[in-house]
Amino acid sequence: MSINRREFIGAGFSALALLGTPAAGKEEKARAEAGTPAAQPTRWAMAIDVRRCLELPGCVKCVAACNRAHNVPALDDARHEVKWIWKQRFEDLFPSSGASLADAFKGKAIPALCNHCDNPPCVRVCPTQATWKRADGIVMMDWHRCIGCRYCMAACPYGSRSFNWVDPRPHIATLNPDFPTRTKGVVEKCNLCEERLAVGKPPACVEVCPQKALVFGNLDDPDSALRGVLRSRFSVQRKPELGTRPQVYYVI
Amino acid sequence: MRDRPLILAGLLIFLVVITTPFWYDRAAGMTAKGPEPKLPVAERRCVEATAYMRASHMDLLVSWRDRVVRQGETTYVASDGHHYTMSLSKTCLDCHKSKADFCDRCHNYAAVSLPCWDCHVDPSLARRAVPQLARAGGAGPRGSGR
Repeated sequence: MSINRREFIGAGFSALALLGTPAAGKEEKARAEAGTPAAQPTRWAMAIDVRRCLELPGCVKCVAACNRAHNVPALDDARHEVKWIWKQRFEDLFPSSGASLADAFKGKAIPALCNHCDNPPCVRVCPTQATWKRADGIVMMDWHRCIGCRYCMAACPYGSRSFNWVDPRPHIATLNPDFPTRTKGVVEKCNLCEERLAVGKPPACVEVCPQKALVFGNLDDPDSALRGVLRSRFSVQRKPELGTRPQVYYVI
Repeated sequence: MRDRPLILAGLLIFLVVITTPFWYDRAAGMTAKGPEPKLPVAERRCVEATAYMRASHMDLLVSWRDRVVRQGETTYVASDGHHYTMSLSKTCLDCHKSKADFCDRCHNYAAVSLPCWDCHVDPSLARRAVPQLARAGGAGPRGSGR
């Protein structure tokens, strides 16, 4: 008996498929035993109520709380600036917004932070996987692994990432011993307070906002306050035309 | 035999030169004694057994680091069933109060320099630190973001 080329290749593929299945099944089983996901799907996101925020124009409590919580240095040289959450003029944050929005908010400073995109370009370009997207949507950074190549900064269309050009330690006003500082030569950005989420606390900026203008929550939970505000009000995202699917919603 | 003083003098010089490291150490006040890290008084038991910690604390710390940062876990279950929060500055330095009195003693002795403390904050230092800058916590709309 003999087989021709076509049959041989066909049999080869079936054998490969057979080899592949038990491995995949094993992984699934291990995950189930560890009891990790499968429970409540979580997609952390944030909504910024722009109108409520603008009721207190000079307020930078969110910025100050974040900087304190994460040992963000205050550097006087604008070229060395490190920022996690900051306030910036509307037209700079939304350069492609329509005339009606621009007329309403032109010149007004509103908060901006890492958008924790669903399709993060920074993650795609990182050569060391020092930045990656977690299952709950947070775009995380591992500063142990960052080599400071700044590809992610070039990729991020929102200016959410900062590079440490100088040693930040001497420029931190009050050192928070519960959170690490960074060193010269690594990139940093907002981590959506994952260290606070891990102990059941909301992000520092959300907690401190006197206007309750920052709404944080689980996008996958239809009953969350975040989904409530997104249902009842109109919201925009920064530069949606780029396809990054940003997950910080500006409620206007 | 006329060269005897010359040979003896040469031998003496040779002996002095070859034993220089010993004289040097003695002058610098070094002894053969090993390092003496200051052990915590309140707690007698570390996360794992002392022998394991002494030999493999770096492996444990690296595994903690990866599990916390990469996998998002927070709790370590020790081999005796105790639960610990995986944190260098909170769990480890909660007992080993001072990096200088514990980590540095051995690491200086062994001439092993650690990058841990470039970022992680030694709580004993943070307690002493004073605000160096008038401009606290980054005020105002700083920003050149795109």
